[in-house]
Amino acid sequence: MPQISQLAATYSSQIFWMLVIFGAVFFLVGRGMAPKVLETMEGRDQKIAADLAAAEAARHEAQAQDDAWKAAAAKQRGEAQALIAAAKAEAAKAAEVRLAAAGADADAKVTAAEARIAAAREGALAEIETVAADAAAEIAARVAGLTVAADAARAAVKDVLHG
Amino acid sequence: MATEAKVDPMHQFTIEPLFGTDHWALGGFNIAFTNSALWMLISAVVLYAFMLGGMKRELVPGRWQMMVESMTGFIENMLSANVGKEGRKYLPYVFSLFMFILFANLLGLLPLGLVGLHPFTFTSHFTATGVLAILSFSIVLVVGFTKHGLHFFSLFVPHGTPLPMIPLIFVIELVSFLVRPFSLGLRLFVAMMAGHVLLEVLSSFVIGGANAGAFFMGLVSIPSFILMVAICALEILVAGIQAYVFALLTSLYINDAEHLH
Repeated sequence: MPQISQLAATYSSQIFWMLVIFGAVFFLVGRGMAPKVLETMEGRDQKIAADLAAAEAARHEAQAQDDAWKAAAAKQRGEAQALIAAAKAEAAKAAEVRLAAAGADADAKVTAAEARIAAAREGALAEIETVAADAAAEIAARVAGLTVAADAARAAVKDVLHG
Repeated sequence: MATEAKVDPMHQFTIEPLFGTDHWALGGFNIAFTNSALWMLISAVVLYAFMLGGMKRELVPGRWQMMVESMTGFIENMLSANVGKEGRKYLPYVFSLFMFILFANLLGLLPLGLVGLHPFTFTSHFTATGVLAILSFSIVLVVGFTKHGLHFFSLFVPHGTPLPMIPLIFVIELVSFLVRPFSLGLRLFVAMMAGHVLLEVLSSFVIGGANAGAFFMGLVSIPSFILMVAICALEILVAGIQAYVFALLTSLYINDAEHLH
């Protein structure tokens, strides 16, 4: 077993070179390179975390803007509906006024027309009386040879006509 | 029989000085640049090259950067799970430890013998794993005593121990604490050595069976070869698991030193 049989001859060389070479590895690789590798990894992790945080913040911002936009839209819709309602009410009122005016006008016209009709009927009745009185006087003159005064004839006709 | 080449499954662990450096010495101690040192250097260089791919530092990582980052993140997770937020400052050490052992184990498994090179798994030597284990143990001691002072000894007396039991428990806990560097170093060394010996023994069966004729080839060589393929896959798993266990136990021990109980 060379590990033991060569021990006396080689131990110093083994220990010396192990210390020299492992020392070099420790200072060059362990202290020089490994911390830098770790630093790179940490930098990357931080960058990823920062990017994620930025994305999260942007999402929140977008959400807030969306909410604000929705609120503004709801407000404007409310305003528009109020305007429509007001306009509707106004239009209804105006229509009512005009309807009332037109109704009054029509009523007046109907009243006037009724008055005219009454007058015409009155006139017509008077005319009929006159004609009937004339006709009665004529008939009396022709049939009985009586001369009836116009007033008497009219009174007689009036009696007959009005009971 | 005597002339037949003998397959020595332990020969692969032999340390040989390379490039005529066997006379190099420092303060009277031999520091020859051996094949073991060469493979330590190769592991370190390959690890450095691997890590270079993770240094592009792009926001959207490519495959290579992703690999480096998942390795680093793996150790970082392990430390934060076992030690907590204080674990961060041990990342350079535990990461170096894990990756160095992992690369050493995996490179030692490369089938470079096919092209005439011989990979050497220095983690199969307790002189190498022991250095790492003692380093981990020293860190635990240094951190424990600087952070908690003599209060660190309360680590050996779990909460709620009945008073008469304290001396006994203290000794037991102290022994289990002092055994840690040995168990840490030996576990890795034994696991790596056992796997390599097993592969070598099986490959000697394959060769020996094939040399003994068609009958033995069918009886011994082919089943051994199939087993070798399966054990190679197992060894790749073991290479990762042992590196992970070493780093995990180190981080658990560091947790003890940071937080006592």
